[in-house]
Amino acid sequence: MYAYDHFDRQLVSQRVAQFRDQTQRYLAGKITDEQFLPLRLQNGLYIQRLAPMLRIAVPYGTLNAEQLRKLAAISRKYDKGYAHISTRQNVQLNWPKLEEVPDILEELAEVEMHAVQTSGNCIRNVTADQFSGVAADEIEDARAYCEIIRQWSTFHPELAFLPRKFKIAVCGSESDRAAVMVHDIGLQIIKDAAGNTAFKVIVGGGLGRTPVIGSVINEALEPKHLLTYLEAILRVYNQLGRRDNKFKARIKILVRAMGAEAFKADVEKEWAHIKDGALSLTDEEISRAQSFFQPPAYESLPQQDMQALALENADFARWLQHNTHAHKVAGYRIVTLALKTTGVAPGDVTAEQLEVIADLGERYGFGEIRSTHQQNIVLPDVRQQELFALWKELVELEVAAPVVGTLNDIICCPGGDFCSLANAKSIPIAEAIQRRFEDLDYVYDLGEIELNISGCMNACGHHHIGNIGILGVDKKGQEFYQVSLGGSQGLDASIGKILGPSFAQDEVPNVIEKVLETFVSLRQPEERFLDTFRRVGMDPFKERAYA
Amino acid sequence: MPKIIKDLNVVEDSWQVWRDTENLPTTGGVIVPLSLWQAHKDALLALGDIAVFLASDQSPKLLGADINSFALIAVDFPKFADGRGFSYGRELREQHGFNGELRAIGDFMRDQLYFLKRCGFNSFALQSDELDEALASFNDFSDAYQPSIDQSLPIFRRR
Repeated sequence: MYAYDHFDRQLVSQRVAQFRDQTQRYLAGKITDEQFLPLRLQNGLYIQRLAPMLRIAVPYGTLNAEQLRKLAAISRKYDKGYAHISTRQNVQLNWPKLEEVPDILEELAEVEMHAVQTSGNCIRNVTADQFSGVAADEIEDARAYCEIIRQWSTFHPELAFLPRKFKIAVCGSESDRAAVMVHDIGLQIIKDAAGNTAFKVIVGGGLGRTPVIGSVINEALEPKHLLTYLEAILRVYNQLGRRDNKFKARIKILVRAMGAEAFKADVEKEWAHIKDGALSLTDEEISRAQSFFQPPAYESLPQQDMQALALENADFARWLQHNTHAHKVAGYRIVTLALKTTGVAPGDVTAEQLEVIADLGERYGFGEIRSTHQQNIVLPDVRQQELFALWKELVELEVAAPVVGTLNDIICCPGGDFCSLANAKSIPIAEAIQRRFEDLDYVYDLGEIELNISGCMNACGHHHIGNIGILGVDKKGQEFYQVSLGGSQGLDASIGKILGPSFAQDEVPNVIEKVLETFVSLRQPEERFLDTFRRVGMDPFKERAYA
Repeated sequence: MPKIIKDLNVVEDSWQVWRDTENLPTTGGVIVPLSLWQAHKDALLALGDIAVFLASDQSPKLLGADINSFALIAVDFPKFADGRGFSYGRELREQHGFNGELRAIGDFMRDQLYFLKRCGFNSFALQSDELDEALASFNDFSDAYQPSIDQSLPIFRRR
């Protein structure tokens, strides 16, 4: 993974000093609440319903064991002994004290971490496929480019006060695990006809109040132009994006209002001024970035027969099938630790678990750990022959629920239990659904389904792109839930369609059950929920749900 | 005389910002709105020293060929969260070759000085009683990843 040099280290430590000074001036009454707002947000600090919340950046979801141990120690010392993996691969602390945040940031800097630009109207933490570098279907490792983008966007002097937040995702594999179609900018790595790396540039996608699938404005951008092209897009957006209405300020609204072609023309005009300038990437810089993401010292191991491995134990077999993925190196497997234990908020992880996971990352791999936008944790390099031993330890740690990719691998925002923006609670909905569908055989029979829950329109739980999406809404002061069907991430992304009038909290599991029964009765062999929905449409689901 | 920050020093300054978009000022030494300038160039020039300011929705492109006739161009920040002026600063310096005084006026804050300077601003009518203390914010960072006005090379070309 990327390692700081003296320059990166100096910048992060100067950032801590800057924020310490700002916090002191704020506490001394020299900065108003309104002025402090963007300063604290750009250091990850929200003021929440019950306490501040600190969002710590995990650049493109990559962590090492030392960082995990530090997060565990910080969560014990400054918080309540647990942390939360967010839907953008970051780590959140729910109970820090405002005056202690500079100390937390200083401790984070010791392990090359920070909370820079994890919130606010700026370029946020760049995200990537959690299987980057190890996925069997990888075209090229996205992480080197993510790091290049991270550096360019960090403290960008021109782009720190944008109309609204700005999220960039990069996908380097054939199946999109980074949701590039629904980001402000999505970059899909491709190989052109000559086998050279290029980026398909997708702009103006997004979720939130107005979900939009992005538009491709460049089919194949050469890597050397990556930063100048991004800067041109952002410069157009900074000047033309709406600032009169927060709900119309995202780039998706601008691209839609102008039309993708006109937007592209403006970008190209702006790009002409800086293309081939100092910001053009050099081969040396791309190589330097790539040097940090070279494959670790894999042993040459025989590829094991997974079916034979599965014979060990039936529970192990289920876990093997659902929670592990193909690795690009023979003899290895990617393992997902499910932070989806029923009764625990999706994505929550205790300090003790973090420490054990750090150890496991070292013992069953090369000390690298990933966070995922599905709010799970990944050990990327596990020897197949050690899967059974690892599984036993994961069971002990209660992170082996064999539900990855199933109905019970719910993506869920913190919701009304924590977040001051939320209209409704989301964690109890996730729990009620997990309890209703405890029968794993039934869950497996349903096959691949994504169920995403957001507590409000801001869509942190990505409900629009869940095959089944649940959105908390406020109806005359009561918490209600709107269900949508047919959303999906991936390169054929679609926005879910609303099933109909919203439901009271206690009705939600019943409605989900009716939706699933409808699917089971209508599906054809091998069809996933999404396929059936796309084939038969909304009507049969609607009839059943409101019967 | 009011004080501003100019070229990293606190100095006295006599320019007046004239926000009236209909009536002309009676003396020179004023920074007028772009629209007033466009409508009354000759009358304004007859008054003496004239500078112009861009509102946050007025791109430097609207200045056209006049850009390099000014000794001072100001950019108004109606709210500190409105970041359009950062792009205008870079555009004036990088695309139009403006070498005169580039001043930030309006509701920007001390904690934006470092970024404003990087975007080409060299004078700051900062609304604060603590201008000397504010100078410290220019040193928030000693270097930067990106190329900009004060450093033409990105860090990756200097590492």
